[in-house]
Amino acid sequence: MTPSYKQIIREGLWDNNVVFSQMLALCPLLAVTSTATNGLGMGLVSAVVLVCSNLLVSLIRNWTSPEVRIPVFILIIASLVTLVDLFMNAWFHELHKVLGLFIPLIVTNCAILGRAEAFASRHPILPAIVDGLMMGIGLTLALVALGAVREVLGSGTLFAHAGLLLGSSFSSIELTLFDEYRGILLMLLPPGGFLALGFLIAGKRLLERRTKNTHQPVPEANK
Amino acid sequence: MSKRSFITRLRAHLAYPSLLLGTAVLLATSLLALGHLATKTVIAQRQAEDLINSLAQVIPSSLHDNNLLTNHLDLPAKDGNQQVFLAMQGQTVTAVAYSRVTREGYGGPIRLLLGVAADGKLLGVRVLSHSETPGLGDKIEIAKSDWILEFNGLSLTNPPAGQWAVKKDGGHFDQFTGATITPRALVKEIRNGLMFFENHRSTLFQAAIPQPLSTTEPVKATFDNRDGGSQ
Repeated sequence: MTPSYKQIIREGLWDNNVVFSQMLALCPLLAVTSTATNGLGMGLVSAVVLVCSNLLVSLIRNWTSPEVRIPVFILIIASLVTLVDLFMNAWFHELHKVLGLFIPLIVTNCAILGRAEAFASRHPILPAIVDGLMMGIGLTLALVALGAVREVLGSGTLFAHAGLLLGSSFSSIELTLFDEYRGILLMLLPPGGFLALGFLIAGKRLLERRTKNTHQPVPEANK
Repeated sequence: MSKRSFITRLRAHLAYPSLLLGTAVLLATSLLALGHLATKTVIAQRQAEDLINSLAQVIPSSLHDNNLLTNHLDLPAKDGNQQVFLAMQGQTVTAVAYSRVTREGYGGPIRLLLGVAADGKLLGVRVLSHSETPGLGDKIEIAKSDWILEFNGLSLTNPPAGQWAVKKDGGHFDQFTGATITPRALVKEIRNGLMFFENHRSTLFQAAIPQPLSTTEPVKATFDNRDGGSQ
């Protein structure tokens, strides 16, 4: 019943990617991906919450009852996000100043509830953690990809301000691709996010068809 | 009796969902309360450190020999009291710093910190907190862009009153690509902040002359008398 780890990893990173296949998490996605760095920050914090919520939901999976499971899951996720916010504010204050803006947005990420409901509540703890981790990494990759496309077209830079997020040793990955670039403003605004997302999804489908690797996403239980 | 069957029997009970939800809420609330208690003092400390760091950015340390957090005045303002931090060289006030809030930003209130020298010139402006769009409006942060430094050395008369606006509105200040609302709100609020300074100038600089730490009360009283005139 529980899929193999190889399968879980494949599902999370590519076949059933949160953004590109499940089309979840679009609200925080479009809000923060105006630069690749923001996408990375949002992705990493979301991944942490995903792993923790999958762990907790899997732990209590035998105790929940169908009538109240959704409120219980939401409660777990919202409490986790608040705790992460508090702890980061206290002990990772510099990081919190950079990511603080995104943290409340994580609650609006329906992918976390989606994984709690579709996977963690039906599977043992270890696969649930791996699933959370892989879905989180898949989400991070998608956010960085979308952020990179929008940033390059919209501002002509790549990973701008990465040093702020990851520490000054990473400022070397900040690139300015075009000096004095006027930018396609549309790409930085929400419609540009939708456009870029559409092209990326089309690209992914095309790639899957080309490589004859049309591994159909396993239909998850309806959410 | 196995654990599983015990849970199954419990789950069949009518009150089970309510009890489950109640327990879950209780646990979550206690966890959050504990988390809050555990982090409260540390967070307050971090915020005080942030305040000192921000104050140091708008008032150069060469201008004062006091601890800015201990010398402050509460002046009456439109919405409650306006706290003003006094930079003092001996007994003389050399500069002041105070925060301003504008609600005309794109994504909620923007808190600013202004440092103003005795001659009415801006020593510096910093954004303390905001929720502007990442990548667009957040260029008001010093960490993201030098834009905010444009205000250094400016005063109510430089640029002249009509020029205190973004270029799009025919003024002096640059807006950002894709974000005009944010800079517009800031320019307006910084000007308001300078007007606040102008209105309270005499009091601010007299305040500390006799005895810096003990004058807070009398000063407050004189302000109460002319409350409503300014702002």
